[in-house]
Amino acid sequence: MDRKNRVLLFFSIAGMLLMPQWVQGMHIMEGFLSPAWCLFWGALSLPFVVMGYRSIQRIIKEHPRAKLLLAMAGAFVFVLSALKLPSITGSSSHPTGVGLGAIIFGPLPMSVLGLIVLLFQALLMAHGGLTTLGANTFSMAIVGPFVAYGSYRLVKRLQGPQWLAVFTAAFLGNLLTYVVTSIQLAVAFPSEVGGVMASLTRFMGIFAVTQVPLAISEGILTVLIFNAIAVYREKELTDLNVLAKEAM
Amino acid sequence: MDKADKIFNFKNIILILMVVALAIVPLIMVKDAEFEGADAIAEEAIGEINADYEPWFSPIFEPPSGEVESLLFVLQAVIGAGIIGFGFGYMKAKGEGSKESHAGLR
Repeated sequence: MDRKNRVLLFFSIAGMLLMPQWVQGMHIMEGFLSPAWCLFWGALSLPFVVMGYRSIQRIIKEHPRAKLLLAMAGAFVFVLSALKLPSITGSSSHPTGVGLGAIIFGPLPMSVLGLIVLLFQALLMAHGGLTTLGANTFSMAIVGPFVAYGSYRLVKRLQGPQWLAVFTAAFLGNLLTYVVTSIQLAVAFPSEVGGVMASLTRFMGIFAVTQVPLAISEGILTVLIFNAIAVYREKELTDLNVLAKEAM
Repeated sequence: MDKADKIFNFKNIILILMVVALAIVPLIMVKDAEFEGADAIAEEAIGEINADYEPWFSPIFEPPSGEVESLLFVLQAVIGAGIIGFGFGYMKAKGEGSKESHAGLR
């Protein structure tokens, strides 16, 4: 990072502290990515959605009983992404809820479940958009779940406790979703002074910082529901976990 | 230990209170904030970075008012919460978890 960017970073952090009324964006708005970027992110997301669809078929075939958990994982995304919570930056945003399903089923099925929620919000609430659906799917329904699943496996491998693995997965899955959103906007809108890096600093200030307390909330809520599911279906969670590992 | 006790216990109540606190603290700490959930600031930032940019596509349907929008968001949450509630009710009514091994996932 050169000096100019450091100065910009300093000012955006100072700005964040001084101007708490900064509003928080969530998904990328309709029409706010050029057609070329829309196609790019759409094309990048498509194979994951296709693989996700296949992996859902496979899960249902091998574990018919898991349909209930699959529905609950999708429902969890519905609930959490409808909860617009106030944050310390003086603006509001919402969690994503994709971590739970990624932990239980692996990341691929979440690409489909996340896409359904994004479509619902784009069509009915003008939240996100159809043209930006590919980009938003990539951040929330692909990167988020992959980060969640990867960090879950990592904490487990390091012999961390179950709750910590679940918390870390949901926390990082949430946070990284919005880091990706910032990157997507930064590459599409490089600043005239400072280029992509300057834009990135700016969008990170808008998108990622607000998200930190919400990511903690999502982590806690995911631990709660995961533990509650484990009370009834601990063995099935283990079986699905093995299946998810094989699929990766 | 009864299964319900594993869910509605002291530790979990504390955890829920933590989530509530995380939502309330900003409301108290950050005075004069509007807590807008709009994507307006990103739009604003884009406007400043590239003043010439015009969105090339508009939402095909926009909720006519903030009230209607919040209705739709509530609907979304209700659908989700309903399915989750059904799921737990189903598992409890089937008496699941009683015969299964509790050794896994370690």
